Amino acid sequence: MTLDVHIQGRLGATQFDAGFVAPVGVTALFGPSGAGKTSIVNAIAGLWRPKTGRIALGDQVWCDSAKGLWTPPHKRRVGYVFQDARLFPHLSVQDNLRYGGQHDEAALVELLGLGDLLTRKPASLSGGEAQRVALARALMRRPDLVLMDEPLASLDGPRKADILPYLERLRDETQVPVIYVSHAMNEVTRLASYIVLMQAGRVVQAGPVTQVLGDPAQAHLLARGDRGALLDYTITAHDADDMVTTLTFSGGTLTLAGQIGTVGNRMRLRVPAHDIILSLRPPTGLSAQNVLPVTVTSVHSDTQGGAAIGLQAGNTALWAGITAKAARELDLQRGQHIYAIIKATAVAPA
Amino acid sequence: MTWTPELWGIVALSLKVALWATIVALPFAVAVAWLLARKRFWGWQIVNGLVHLPLVLPPVVTGYLLLVVFGRQGAVGAWLYDLFGITLAFRWTGAALAAGIMAFPLMVRAIRLAIEAVDEGLEDAAATLGASRWRVFRTVTVPLIAPGIIAGAVLGFAKALGEFGATITFVAAIPGQTQTIPSAIYGLLQVPGQEGAVLALVAVSIIFAMGALILSEWLARRVRS
Repeated sequence: MTLDVHIQGRLGATQFDAGFVAPVGVTALFGPSGAGKTSIVNAIAGLWRPKTGRIALGDQVWCDSAKGLWTPPHKRRVGYVFQDARLFPHLSVQDNLRYGGQHDEAALVELLGLGDLLTRKPASLSGGEAQRVALARALMRRPDLVLMDEPLASLDGPRKADILPYLERLRDETQVPVIYVSHAMNEVTRLASYIVLMQAGRVVQAGPVTQVLGDPAQAHLLARGDRGALLDYTITAHDADDMVTTLTFSGGTLTLAGQIGTVGNRMRLRVPAHDIILSLRPPTGLSAQNVLPVTVTSVHSDTQGGAAIGLQAGNTALWAGITAKAARELDLQRGQHIYAIIKATAVAPA
Repeated sequence: MTWTPELWGIVALSLKVALWATIVALPFAVAVAWLLARKRFWGWQIVNGLVHLPLVLPPVVTGYLLLVVFGRQGAVGAWLYDLFGITLAFRWTGAALAAGIMAFPLMVRAIRLAIEAVDEGLEDAAATLGASRWRVFRTVTVPLIAPGIIAGAVLGFAKALGEFGATITFVAAIPGQTQTIPSAIYGLLQVPGQEGAVLALVAVSIIFAMGALILSEWLARRVRS
């Protein structure tokens, strides 16, 4: 079952013309504040009616302006988790949970750790607790589609870390499309398999998240700090004496500070483009431990004096952001064999 | 103070008039308040103006207009009499109508403020949880505005109990028929030696007013917890 969205319309100062297809699994709707991500999700839920367009989930058509078709929100089986939880203040946690349905109640109460909260009123919950209740409430409808609008944005760091594992479990167990709105790249890389980049009401790029983030030609669409490829690796060793973890992927091995994860686990790592240093010869006498032999696959200069250098390490695509001046002086060419130096502290697990 | 069966009759009639005025007007007040708070339509200003008119017009004028419209010869009054045999002018039902119309703007204002304070995001959330618009209204909107509805009802009841100008113009002050507490006090003040009866009715008025305020506080607190 896939979600098919193509809408045009105007809301406030934003002119919308957005289209994408989201498969089963987590699709991140990513972009800066004001890009119109929430409006798109509202249109999918039926809370905003765009001027023209078509929205369909599998064979259920919810909006088709050509045929004058519009399904009101309560007739769409959608589980919507709002940024601000939106629990009903006059109902207990239990009555909130049951408002939309009672599917999998025991399992969700267990999964999200809500057992002790059931008799409480929303006003007495912390932000993290309220968001967990909102998540369970949306899922108890057993929705055909899950919409999450920055569910972690109102939480502080530790609370985010509390909820992310629940979202990962949901992702692994769910068989429906999940649209996850965010402007935090670390949430996207941790949860999403597919990404839709939005800017000013338009979709500027969509595709598998490793592919979109690994393509240096798309770099200009992202904020500087969000640029960089993803690589999937296996944890191969923990060194208790030096307190480092060794990761292996198809392009070589990396060493990270600290004991991360469990040996044998597969994880995904984000390598920020601006934390890669390029060298024509194998470097010596460096404090950086992670040096990978790579092949240059592309060189893109932008108009801001920057250059994106596509790199192949084994069968993994990476890319580095350097200055156009450096690229010119190194005389980087496609097919050239060079070395990439990655600062181990910079490549935190996504 | 001197209690007489006549005084009991006056108090009972006033309560009956004010209660009926409040009970009948309340659903309309909720509907109109919702319309004014949530919808923008052609004629919004006219509806808003009509609702508030009794608040700003001299009550005697409102009473006169009621007589013109709902009197036996009036546009609506004649029709009501011909079709249903209903007479409002100079009956207790007319007193309830006058009291209800005078209380209506106060009820609408209190309820409208409560509706405007409701976070529409909660209603959206209920809709995405599968609730129809009517279920959203019943299970989310009404519970959230309940304190406003109670406040509006109490305010309306107090106003209906004290209504004088429009009532005496529309239905006069016929003892046992349309003589409510305010018109009785006014009438008794014209007669020497009735100070005791006046005092009794004044005391009853104060007790009712205080009782209504305390009851509304208590109800609002129960709704909130």
